[in-house]
Amino acid sequence: MLKIKNLKVELTAKGKSILKGVDLSVEAGSVHAIMGPNGSGKSTLSYVLSGREGYTVTDGSVTLDGTDLLDLEPEERAALGLFLAFQYPTEIPGVGNMTFLRTALNAQRKARGEPEMSSGEFLKEVREKSRTLQIDSEMLKRSVNVGFSGGEKKRNEILQMIMLEPKLCVLDETDSGLDVDAMKLVAKGVNELRHSGRGFLVITHYQRLLDHIQPDVVHIMVNGRIVKSGTAELALEVEKNGYADMMVELAE
Amino acid sequence: MISDERQRAVMEHRLSGLKRPESGWSAPVRSEALAHIQRVGLPSRRDEYWKFTRPDTLVQASAPKAALFDNDESPVFGEVDRLKVVFVDGVFDLELSDELALEGIVIDRLAAVGDQGSHWAESVYGKLEQRGQDPVVRPLAALNTAFATDGILIDVQQTPSKPISLIYVHANETSDAILHHVIRVNEGAAVTILETGPAAARFNKCMEIELADDSELHHVRAQGRDHERRAATHMFALLGARSQFKSFTLTVNGRLTRNEIYTELSGENSSAHIAGACVGDGEFHHDDTVFVTHDAENCDSRQVFKKVLRNGATGVFQGKILVKPGAQKTDGYQISQSLLLDDDSQFLAKPELEIYADDVACSHGSTSGAINEEALFYLRARGIERAEATDLLTLAFLREAVEEIESETLADEIVSRLMAWLLRHRPE
Ligand SMILES: Nc1ncnc2c1ncn2[C@@H]1O[C@H](COP(=O)(O)OP(=O)(O)O)[C@@H](O)[C@H]1O
Ligand SMILES: [Mg+2]
Repeated sequence: MLKIKNLKVELTAKGKSILKGVDLSVEAGSVHAIMGPNGSGKSTLSYVLSGREGYTVTDGSVTLDGTDLLDLEPEERAALGLFLAFQYPTEIPGVGNMTFLRTALNAQRKARGEPEMSSGEFLKEVREKSRTLQIDSEMLKRSVNVGFSGGEKKRNEILQMIMLEPKLCVLDETDSGLDVDAMKLVAKGVNELRHSGRGFLVITHYQRLLDHIQPDVVHIMVNGRIVKSGTAELALEVEKNGYADMMVELAE
Repeated sequence: MISDERQRAVMEHRLSGLKRPESGWSAPVRSEALAHIQRVGLPSRRDEYWKFTRPDTLVQASAPKAALFDNDESPVFGEVDRLKVVFVDGVFDLELSDELALEGIVIDRLAAVGDQGSHWAESVYGKLEQRGQDPVVRPLAALNTAFATDGILIDVQQTPSKPISLIYVHANETSDAILHHVIRVNEGAAVTILETGPAAARFNKCMEIELADDSELHHVRAQGRDHERRAATHMFALLGARSQFKSFTLTVNGRLTRNEIYTELSGENSSAHIAGACVGDGEFHHDDTVFVTHDAENCDSRQVFKKVLRNGATGVFQGKILVKPGAQKTDGYQISQSLLLDDDSQFLAKPELEIYADDVACSHGSTSGAINEEALFYLRARGIERAEATDLLTLAFLREAVEEIESETLADEIVSRLMAWLLRHRPE
């Protein structure tokens, strides 16, 4: 489904190299996790996938179901089914959460040549889906992410993900800043979306999220490269020994 | 004061083509207004108050030609049940207007009652404008008082069942209109005044509003879209105790617009909220000049002005809060912001506070900025195209001003007009 080949990326403004040849494939129906120390390039990867400005791809390719993603605008990638749950969701004063969500949903549908969702149907869906995430109607009425706590912002990301029904979900440290209960809610939301036609790339700093979202494959990213891939066991190993061992191993 | 012969010549030239009634109840105040202009002259580029806006075309003898803007857009407030008063190029249109009758109010036309010996409007006409000539002169308002050809005089005795809607049609490419309205709202009454339309190639309009104790006036204006029109408008409002004055103006297009609002909070616990949203693309110069005087205790005032500018458009805001001695517990707020959609556009702001009381809370702020790239990316990453995302953020930027409109129906109408404008003006 998602195929990343030898992806090399630098910061456009500074020419600083961040991703130094990333290879990764996420198959439909699977959950891949990426772990790694701070600053290793995990968020950069998620931004490059979603099309954020400021990064220059100097080598490699990224395809989603065979379509080259790197040539597309962010909105085109979204319409193709790519979704990024942001590490730091943006606050947008003056744009209502519901208006935003409905505009996004219908924009994607339109881009795919599908009929728009009526406001009645949309309301029903949102109500139902926000309930499982314990998002109350007051939160839905507010401006996008404005005045939301850290946990509320993350749950709001998951609500968007559930509503937009993407093919490939990238979650960037969705667990950070969440208490255990909130994390369970988020994990439940993700698990309910798991589906044979859908892939997940779960970026996390800690192993604990993976107790709730069982990954099929775990990758370790260090200094802009995937240095090790393995089963869920690998996450436990990292939890126990930290990344230091792995970095030493690499240096040798 | 007139500073040189050139300025005097400009004034003489402008005045030479104008006529005013020499008799009737308005004649004395019209003469006083004329004398005032002859003393102070018409605005010139050297006036501090006109530093950011060139008054040349507003003071020259005849109106610069302004093409008519054809479009089949449905009339603004067309769905609102309202009493329609229509002026075509500044001339009252009997056919297009409703019968000037509504329970609770008395409406007269200035042109129809001007030659009477007396009229209730005598105590307001030109009088509030005179109060507003100090500490800053407003010669174009005095010109209006002296030479207004028509206007409506509304005495609101009881709250009417629907808004009064002044509709200004522009039909002639060189029309030059001068209208003067007077609205008196009596104790306990409330009224909504709507204004729409481009009015004329050049429009000089003055509205004086006297609010008795416990009265309310809501003003919502959608200033016309003709690209080449010019306008200099003034509102003068005098607020009695516990009265409320709320004014919102939407301005789209227009080569030159100068909207001055002078408000005096002279009764305790009164409240004035003045807001404006404008969107300009290309040859567009919009100036909001607002002066709020607090002259009583416990009053609050808000000035909320938002401007969206692109392709070389210019926005100006001059806003002042003056708190007179004794106006304790004043709550004054002023914000002016512009969203510049490209590097060619500019926003010039002069916010001022002048405070002579010690127990007051006043704040002001002015900012100028571009679209928030991070927010734009967030919206796009959810599938919303750049143009639509930009429009969403633009509307969000304008929202604080639109929210000053109390009626949800009217606010929705303004938002839908803004959306339509943004859609028409999307970059290729
Ligand atoms: N816009 C930026 N400006 C400067 N440095 C950046 C920028 N974005 C990322 N970096 C740097 O790139 C590296 C990778 O960052 P990031 O992808 O956020 O890592 P992670 O998500 O794994 O913590 C870090 O060294 C970070 O400081
Ligand atoms: Mg990160």
